Amino acid sequence: MTPSGIYKNYELVVGLEIHVQLDTNSKLFCCAAAGGSNQPNDHVGAVSLGLPGALPVLNEQAVQYAIMAGLALGCAIQETSVFARKHYFYPDLPKGYQISQYDQPLCLNGHIQLSDGKKIGITRIHMEEDAGKLVHQGASGLAGSSGSLVDLNRAGIPLIEIVSEPDIRTPQEARQYMEKVHEIVRFIGVCDGDLEKGSFRCDANVSVRPVGTTQFGTRTETKNLNSFRSVEQAIQHEFHRQVDALLAGETIVQQTRHYDDATGTTTALRTKEEAHDYRYFPDPDLKPLVVTTATVDAIQQTLPELPDAVRSRYKTEYALPDNAIEVLIQDRNLYQLFNDCQACIQTTPLPELAKWLVGPIQSLLKTQSPNTHFSPSDIAWLLDECASGKLSKTMVKDVLEQLKPGMTAQELVNQQGGGQISDQSELVGLVQSVMAENPDVVKKIQDGKVASANFLMGQVMKLSQGRAKPDTVRALILEACGVAV
Amino acid sequence: MNTITSYLNSNQGCRDTVDSILNTIRSDEHNAVVGTYDHLAAQLADYYDATQSDRPFAGVPIAIKDNLCIQNELVTCGSQILSGYHSPYTATAVQKLLDAGFIPICRTNMDEFAMGSSNETSVYGPVKNPVNPTRVPGGSSGGSAAVVAANLVPAALGSDTGGSIRQPAAFCGIVGLKPTYGRVSRYGLVAFASSLDQIGPMTHTVSDAAALFSVIAGHDPSDATTIEKPVPKLTLNTEQSIQSLAGKRIGVPTALLSDSVIHPEIIQAIRNVLDQLANAGADIIELDMQFFDEAVATYYILAPAEAASNLSRFDGVRYGYRNSQAQTMQTMMQTTRETGFGHEVKRRIMLGNYVLSSGYYDAYYGKAQIMRGELCQQYTKVFESVDAIVSPTTPTTAFELGAHLDPLQMYLADIATIPVNLAGVPAISIPCGTDSQQLPIGLQITGNWFDEAGLLTIAHGIEGLLS
Repeated sequence: MTPSGIYKNYELVVGLEIHVQLDTNSKLFCCAAAGGSNQPNDHVGAVSLGLPGALPVLNEQAVQYAIMAGLALGCAIQETSVFARKHYFYPDLPKGYQISQYDQPLCLNGHIQLSDGKKIGITRIHMEEDAGKLVHQGASGLAGSSGSLVDLNRAGIPLIEIVSEPDIRTPQEARQYMEKVHEIVRFIGVCDGDLEKGSFRCDANVSVRPVGTTQFGTRTETKNLNSFRSVEQAIQHEFHRQVDALLAGETIVQQTRHYDDATGTTTALRTKEEAHDYRYFPDPDLKPLVVTTATVDAIQQTLPELPDAVRSRYKTEYALPDNAIEVLIQDRNLYQLFNDCQACIQTTPLPELAKWLVGPIQSLLKTQSPNTHFSPSDIAWLLDECASGKLSKTMVKDVLEQLKPGMTAQELVNQQGGGQISDQSELVGLVQSVMAENPDVVKKIQDGKVASANFLMGQVMKLSQGRAKPDTVRALILEACGVAV
Repeated sequence: MNTITSYLNSNQGCRDTVDSILNTIRSDEHNAVVGTYDHLAAQLADYYDATQSDRPFAGVPIAIKDNLCIQNELVTCGSQILSGYHSPYTATAVQKLLDAGFIPICRTNMDEFAMGSSNETSVYGPVKNPVNPTRVPGGSSGGSAAVVAANLVPAALGSDTGGSIRQPAAFCGIVGLKPTYGRVSRYGLVAFASSLDQIGPMTHTVSDAAALFSVIAGHDPSDATTIEKPVPKLTLNTEQSIQSLAGKRIGVPTALLSDSVIHPEIIQAIRNVLDQLANAGADIIELDMQFFDEAVATYYILAPAEAASNLSRFDGVRYGYRNSQAQTMQTMMQTTRETGFGHEVKRRIMLGNYVLSSGYYDAYYGKAQIMRGELCQQYTKVFESVDAIVSPTTPTTAFELGAHLDPLQMYLADIATIPVNLAGVPAISIPCGTDSQQLPIGLQITGNWFDEAGLLTIAHGIEGLLS
């Protein structure tokens, strides 16, 4: 969307800093569990409490996840990176410093490609630990509260901070960039992507400049962007606010601003003069992180195909419907199931498999899990039987629902008397006996009320315990009634 | 002189030993002990009395510097800010002592957060030197040196950041070893300067120091700066150690034999050792080592920088002392730190924060790191041509309590010990005589990185020559 009115003479310049919580078992430097807990200060250890004498030990899984993210975002993984201490005092920061990477981050020079082909550069990705949380008593914020409690469950959870180049020019690009990053870190399995829980957070650096100029304007940093929508809205608001200020003859002050989701506006938190001097220096408790080329190569091997590549391959090679592709990319388990089924399926076309997965099978997984007991080979066998007419769709669904542990779909179908009856000689007998019992219905059909054939079909299905092939039964009934098919 | 061996050979029951030490502590006039592990010590003693333990040092009492954590026990670093703090876990080095059968019996006094060379900055007040109670015991492990010198226990653990084991050992006439950086786990040692701190033994004899070193050393997954190298287990024999001095190349930095830096009586004592070494067949090699003054300056940039950072966690929020009068979060943290820390600690926090501030980092911290690299290179080069370096441990013998009012003068007292920490090499201080006032003189012997075996053997040989 291009700016209009008074705003059209100004260009928006945005860079995003995205914090991604890595979905590891334990914390970045502490053996305490990294997952959430209902109890405050439940997942803490000597290191994450900042106890005297405790020392950080680097979590290798976190390093692996950070490298995966770096590779997926097109970065060069640095052979040597250094953890530094970033100092400031706040009760949710137990050691009085955050261990982060400063002048030697793990990943450099990546990018994201937007849907229109535009590339947004990624300056760097560095690893760091999350802070804890303050719970203010009797108020939603510090102001007005009677006291504050410290919860350190979150303190020390591994984060990667993904810093983009100031390549973003519209609020919509910012949103799309954020969505792409979100999709990738979720898809490769390093982050649960839960924005509400704060697993994926974003700060926006925003400045404006007259169209046609190349020098950057003074930037503000907006915090508290907890949804894709809020990123878009906050940037839009900040763009207008800065242009309005410039047009009113004011200068933009370098400051940190807070976004209020309720009003869609930003307010100043602190200016540059009030900014912390973090007094960074290399953490003497940790050796420089050395990652060999062999390690990076090995991690590259484990990296799945990335969402955009999957998208284009599924479309061009497999001709999957767009909506199915999107569902598969959003749901990692389903995507995995698709791949596993694809490996053993024989006759069913892949678009058909995809439709089954994103339709009935996804809803079964949603509603019945963990009481679903089908394997990819069960699905593949059932769909192949269905494709060759040996099972009806209803039968496939029933089998998937009824499967018990330790039993294959084929075994269950056999136990229930075999597959669908499509042999005319077998069905003719059933059709004749049903017609003999319902002469009045037969009369109606012969008189032209073809829809009444459905009743007779239902009776045949009942007699065959659902195994009669509906199309064949219908044709036999109409033929016997002398109605042209 | 109560050595570890004398305790192992003693017929007295462990519980009797422990009770008698705890009794003596109650009437101790040196102010060397700031707390006792009564329950733990009694429990362990009873266990060793009742059980035929195969632990090599079963029942031997040991003192622990007040900056090492033991589960459920107080640890205060001689500071108001940690008053009442009980550690929920045990330091690796202490755990290794427990596993080997030692009985930790008391917490020893120390300069606040190990910042000091006289043990006068402790919130518990100064320690008196058992050799002469008008004198300081040295610091920061002054309490640990004093309990050994006073024969209260055969051994103690200390920690050494710029000389805090070796200098008090020298002042009190005992043996103190600072191992190679990375040898002994720092997990559970309340940090002063992480890249310099190292835990080590303080004992009467070199062989006791060697025994204790073998117990506490080794790689620890909880301390990423420890190194995976086999720990030598030494069986020292005096005759053999003296004989092995023949042909050893012993370096002497001439800068540390200058009477502008070192007291003449100390120089005389060192020269006496050199003569005896030469008689024993060692090659004495004069070394033109540089940067002693620069090392002190470098140390007083790097150590305060790391200290300021390490001490940030003491904010009154989670444990220890808190100023509960404060009305806001900000003032609570500010006034807690203002009241909780003593002068010397606050001086170093301010120094440290200054040198790390944006705009000053390159001028101070950056340059200091370069200087540290130069120092390391110098040691690398020196150890190509010598097996060990000998020097005085300190420029003077134990000074009078209250004598050093000027901090800069105090900082220079560590001129011989500080370069060793900056390089990370191991060094030991052993007694080598007394001055005209009967105050002990310390001989510092410095070895190559991770060559504690060589260092201890030479120290043992010299100890044999001097006895």
